[in-house]
Amino acid sequence: MYLGEMSGLKIGQATRDAFGDALKELGEKYPEIVTVDGDVGNSTRTEVFAKAFPERAFNMGIAESNMVSVAGGLASTGKIPVVASFAAFLLCNAYDQIRMSIAFPGMNVKLVGTHAGISIGEDGPSQMGIEDVSLACSLPGMVVIVTADAVSTKAATAAMIEYEGPVYLRLGRPNVAEIYTTEDTFEIGKANTVREGDDVTIIANGLMVAGALDAATKLAEEGISARVIDMHTVKPIDVDAIQKAARETSAIVVAEEHMSHGGLGSAVSMVVSQANPVPMAYVNVGDCFAESGDPQGLLDKYGLTAAAIIEAVKKVK
Amino acid sequence: MAAQANALSIEELKEKGKVLRRLIIRMTTEAGSGHPSSSLSAVEVVNALWFGGFMKYDAQNPTWAARDRFILSKGHAVPVLYAAMAEAGYFSVDDVMTLRKLGSPFEGHPNMKRLPGIEASTGSLGQGLSLGIGQALGARLNKNGANVFVVIGDGEMGEGQVWEALAGAEKYKLGNLTAIIDQNGYQQTGATKDVLDLGSFEEKIAAFGWHTQTINGNCQESVVAALETASKITDRPKAIISQTKKGYGILPVLEATGDSNFHGKPLSPELAEKALAYLG
Repeated sequence: MYLGEMSGLKIGQATRDAFGDALKELGEKYPEIVTVDGDVGNSTRTEVFAKAFPERAFNMGIAESNMVSVAGGLASTGKIPVVASFAAFLLCNAYDQIRMSIAFPGMNVKLVGTHAGISIGEDGPSQMGIEDVSLACSLPGMVVIVTADAVSTKAATAAMIEYEGPVYLRLGRPNVAEIYTTEDTFEIGKANTVREGDDVTIIANGLMVAGALDAATKLAEEGISARVIDMHTVKPIDVDAIQKAARETSAIVVAEEHMSHGGLGSAVSMVVSQANPVPMAYVNVGDCFAESGDPQGLLDKYGLTAAAIIEAVKKVK
Repeated sequence: MAAQANALSIEELKEKGKVLRRLIIRMTTEAGSGHPSSSLSAVEVVNALWFGGFMKYDAQNPTWAARDRFILSKGHAVPVLYAAMAEAGYFSVDDVMTLRKLGSPFEGHPNMKRLPGIEASTGSLGQGLSLGIGQALGARLNKNGANVFVVIGDGEMGEGQVWEALAGAEKYKLGNLTAIIDQNGYQQTGATKDVLDLGSFEEKIAAFGWHTQTINGNCQESVVAALETASKITDRPKAIISQTKKGYGILPVLEATGDSNFHGKPLSPELAEKALAYLG
């Protein structure tokens, strides 16, 4: 059983793989793109770009603080630096550098945190970025994107390169269900309604979009019509899509592969509480660190499942 | 490009140094806060870079792509940079007197978003050298011959990121990057050797593969000579350990207050008057 299976979705590429392929393609079109790495390019997949454009790829070693500020310096010479590391190391280790070298001066740097969430599995909690969205959202002016599948990751990678300003893109390690086709559109700040519904809305991002679709499929069998929104951009959040959901459906459930505070749930509730407040429930890792284990086992144990979403829906519906 | 074409002589630089010192004292006293003593120690270095012909820049076109870059990593000493930039024609001396006031782009620490010509927003110590590496790499990719100069505080050397950067700059053999450590011997709570003694900067930085020099950084001739030497080294990054005194130029006036560190506070109007008179 995997997220998306109940709704008939096939497993596709990991979002980090899609990012690596997309970045290499974009490298041809945008000669200003450079990569700055902390010696995990073969994990983050920036190595695909680095092999194609070795003179534009800088591996600064296991020195994340330096890595992030170097990217800030490169941006001030007109380059478009893409800095990739594990979400936990990028956001937590180099937070002050992101704040001072990138966010405060508004540098055109693209931060890519891979291996986000608990689905990285066996390597355990030290490697699991579960607070990265919260940290990124706390930086004034930072755009924060969490993609659900390979197709939308490729589109998001292009969109963040074309966008002028600092962006954080959150990616995962495992292969995930295919939600989109290349016909679908991706726009920063504009949520995608991936399933229509009238009774309740499930707002999700990352791999929980597939979980939300599974939940909606199962709920339909019980006569509950659930709308599923892929809120791929946490900041700036799509206020219209949330308010529309609050007006048209009687409750909202937010599902994300993140700890309980400061992520998508917080961002959505801030909107809902300002107009048409409706009952809400949250599916996330909770206020805790996870542990080592197999990815599916971890998702089950920490409640990141379709069943958990269904339970949350029934609590507020 | 004006500065390089019109490099001042040593005598002219010494006069310019006095002008910078006066401005530093006036603007911080007017602001009622700030770091005059940390600014004063770096005057000879900043002076030589901006007016001794070592940096190419165009005050009328601060975003000129091939300009050399100056990063003040010890951002709290920004009055010395505002003074130099005012003298270079980026803005007027009157503008600078709004230092630290609400609405003024002359903030307590450099803010590149609000003030054209500022090359890095600093103030959280330790990041300037890494930013300089990025700019030096960018200049190399852009093939525009730009050089990057970074002024770092000696207390700031306690930040681990500086040592990451020392290694990173050497990896890429950044011959267009010069770091100047303003070793004024004091930091917020006392003497740097008492707070966190890092021993010989020259030995440690040389061990990273950099070209190094240690000089009397309040001697204008020595600073010019060291920058001259550094400008000829192009195969690796260069460091100048600039041994200075915090508050240099008005030391007797500050010492009379009984505070040899004089960290992070402006001179009172009365003291400023004495200091300006002392400078002559």
